[in-house]
Amino acid sequence: MKKFIALLLATLMIAGCFAACGGEETPENKANEIVIGVQGPLTGSAAQYGIAVANAAKLAADEINAAGGINGTTLKVVTADDEADPGDKAVSAYNSLKDQGMQIFLGTVTTGSGLAVIDQTAADNMFQLTPSASGDDIIEAGDNCFQICFTDSNQGSRSAQYIAENNVATKVAVIYDSSDAYSTGIYNNFKAEAANRGIELVAEQSFTKDSKSDFSAQIQACKTAGAELVFLPIYYTEASLILGAAKAADYAPKFFGCDGLDGLLAIEGFDTSLAEGVMLLTPFAADATDDATQAFVSAYKAAYNNEIPNQFAADAYDGVKILAKLIEENNITADMTAAEICEILKAAICAEGFEFYGLTGAGAALTWDASGAVSKDPAAVIIENGAYKAL
Amino acid sequence: MGFLSNLINGISLGSIYAVIALGYTMVYGIAKMLNFAHGDVIMIGAYVVYLAGSKAGLPPVAAVLVAMVACTALGVSIEKIAYKPLRQATSLAVLITAIGVSYFLQNIALVIFGANPVNFKSVVSIPAIKLFDGQVVISGETSTAIVVSLIIVIALSLFIKKTKSGRAMLAVSEDKGAAQLMGVNVNRTISLTFAIGSALAAIAGALLCSAYPILSNTTGAMPGIKAFVAAVFGGIGSIPGAMIGGILIGVIEILGRAYISTQLADAIVFGVLILVLMFKPTGILGKKISEKV
Repeated sequence: MKKFIALLLATLMIAGCFAACGGEETPENKANEIVIGVQGPLTGSAAQYGIAVANAAKLAADEINAAGGINGTTLKVVTADDEADPGDKAVSAYNSLKDQGMQIFLGTVTTGSGLAVIDQTAADNMFQLTPSASGDDIIEAGDNCFQICFTDSNQGSRSAQYIAENNVATKVAVIYDSSDAYSTGIYNNFKAEAANRGIELVAEQSFTKDSKSDFSAQIQACKTAGAELVFLPIYYTEASLILGAAKAADYAPKFFGCDGLDGLLAIEGFDTSLAEGVMLLTPFAADATDDATQAFVSAYKAAYNNEIPNQFAADAYDGVKILAKLIEENNITADMTAAEICEILKAAICAEGFEFYGLTGAGAALTWDASGAVSKDPAAVIIENGAYKAL
Repeated sequence: MGFLSNLINGISLGSIYAVIALGYTMVYGIAKMLNFAHGDVIMIGAYVVYLAGSKAGLPPVAAVLVAMVACTALGVSIEKIAYKPLRQATSLAVLITAIGVSYFLQNIALVIFGANPVNFKSVVSIPAIKLFDGQVVISGETSTAIVVSLIIVIALSLFIKKTKSGRAMLAVSEDKGAAQLMGVNVNRTISLTFAIGSALAAIAGALLCSAYPILSNTTGAMPGIKAFVAAVFGGIGSIPGAMIGGILIGVIEILGRAYISTQLADAIVFGVLILVLMFKPTGILGKKISEKV
């Protein structure tokens, strides 16, 4: 009996090998479509970002295709999940996108995963437009990578600037994730700018990815130091725990965060009263009254279960529209290789005269320089009655 | 005041470690195996509390009871399927199996409950105690964790000393072979140990996620390891030792984070463990067993 089972298993294994070989055919791009690859955390603790980006990218592509495509060419969005992992999962997600015939890369969503693939995208000469990987070093690796979001140095210094100019607080504490590139990057820039602006940093607390459930000691340190405001350059899952820990310690400072806090209100089962009064920097507020935002929000809600899009969705929606504009202006066709497209686009996006008006520019034009950074100003929003409100 | 608050936070974290460590120490003391899947049984327990309480609308106490029943069934089946066939195998084989079970549970939870963390609604409704004009706050979760862990330690000690099945456990832990010769059903005793350990895991899961309300499939992993350290620290196999070890590890972790370095807190915890084991290899309350040659 045992021998029979062993034989059966061995046969299955060999069959499995053949099946795998069969699956590795290079996908042929028979339809007249340009394939855009979206990579981000579709599951895990930052999943809201990846899902928002994937949803909005598909929405934008569907709108373009429904209107007849670009010069007769349609857009196809393919996705891969990297779980916001800064290592092998990011690389395999990128490889799986290439297997799916990706010609333009709209990713990554998070900085940590981005740093894991930028060398590879540069080597592949893959045009990369990241909706939300805001790390400064994301765009430094190669000349093929451009951002739609503002950089971490921008977020850190703008946060300090906003707090100082609006007299939000003078005694400030920071809690950041020392094991995360995004969080540490913002913290360092915030610290430097705070010193210039006369903000007193009374407590600098950190945590790591191995110890991110108990924040009582960090909150206690902020409370003891008498901080009026706690700056949280971190992601929303940990922020929800910090808000809970502050309430448990009967400590009610102001909280101020960056784009990583977006998503706080959408955590399943989260008591949104904890987030009341939390301020964050974001380039997009879903309650803005301009036509473009309203049209986008209602289309997104109609397509995705009445969910209100966050700034990541807006960044991705802009991203696809930027790509569409570039494709149209430069006569990109579906039969070009990724490297050919990249050669054209990386010159075109920072060329004199290319500008884009979208959801995340606050009415101003977005332009790019050769470094890959975008010209864009973050705006502040505050959480009131369980919703974001522009400040 | 800051120090007092930190101390209380440490005791709070420590009493949760203590409840988890009790599960490790019972199973090790009696079955002589390290059940590395214990932390993941905790995670499953917390999910059951979440589903029964927040989703199905049961009152918190009932939800915890449901979770205890579910975890008991899970623990006993794990023992029957994964560990019992290895009763005569080397301890290394059992250890590797336990790690396998741990990953199995984590991944099965990923498939069933998804990868998005959920916010766990606290099962504790006791109001917080405020001292010194609100400068020191003892949350309801903290006082519950401390009281519950004390009750469990006392109840377990009494159970082992006073009841027949408890004394059977003691006998099995001293000498399996001799216990069997004296008419103790070794297999049933080990199953009972797993049942009790897993029921404790459900309570630990409810306490852990009430205090730190983010629940995902890896929630039990790190606390499980810390609690294992606590069990070794207190003297693995000793029930009061697990309690003392748990509280000490919690206090060292929080004070280390508050006064030395937030980044080195874990390193300090494990550093203290190494120091203790250098001078007292069996842990604080561990018995010195002289091996007969």
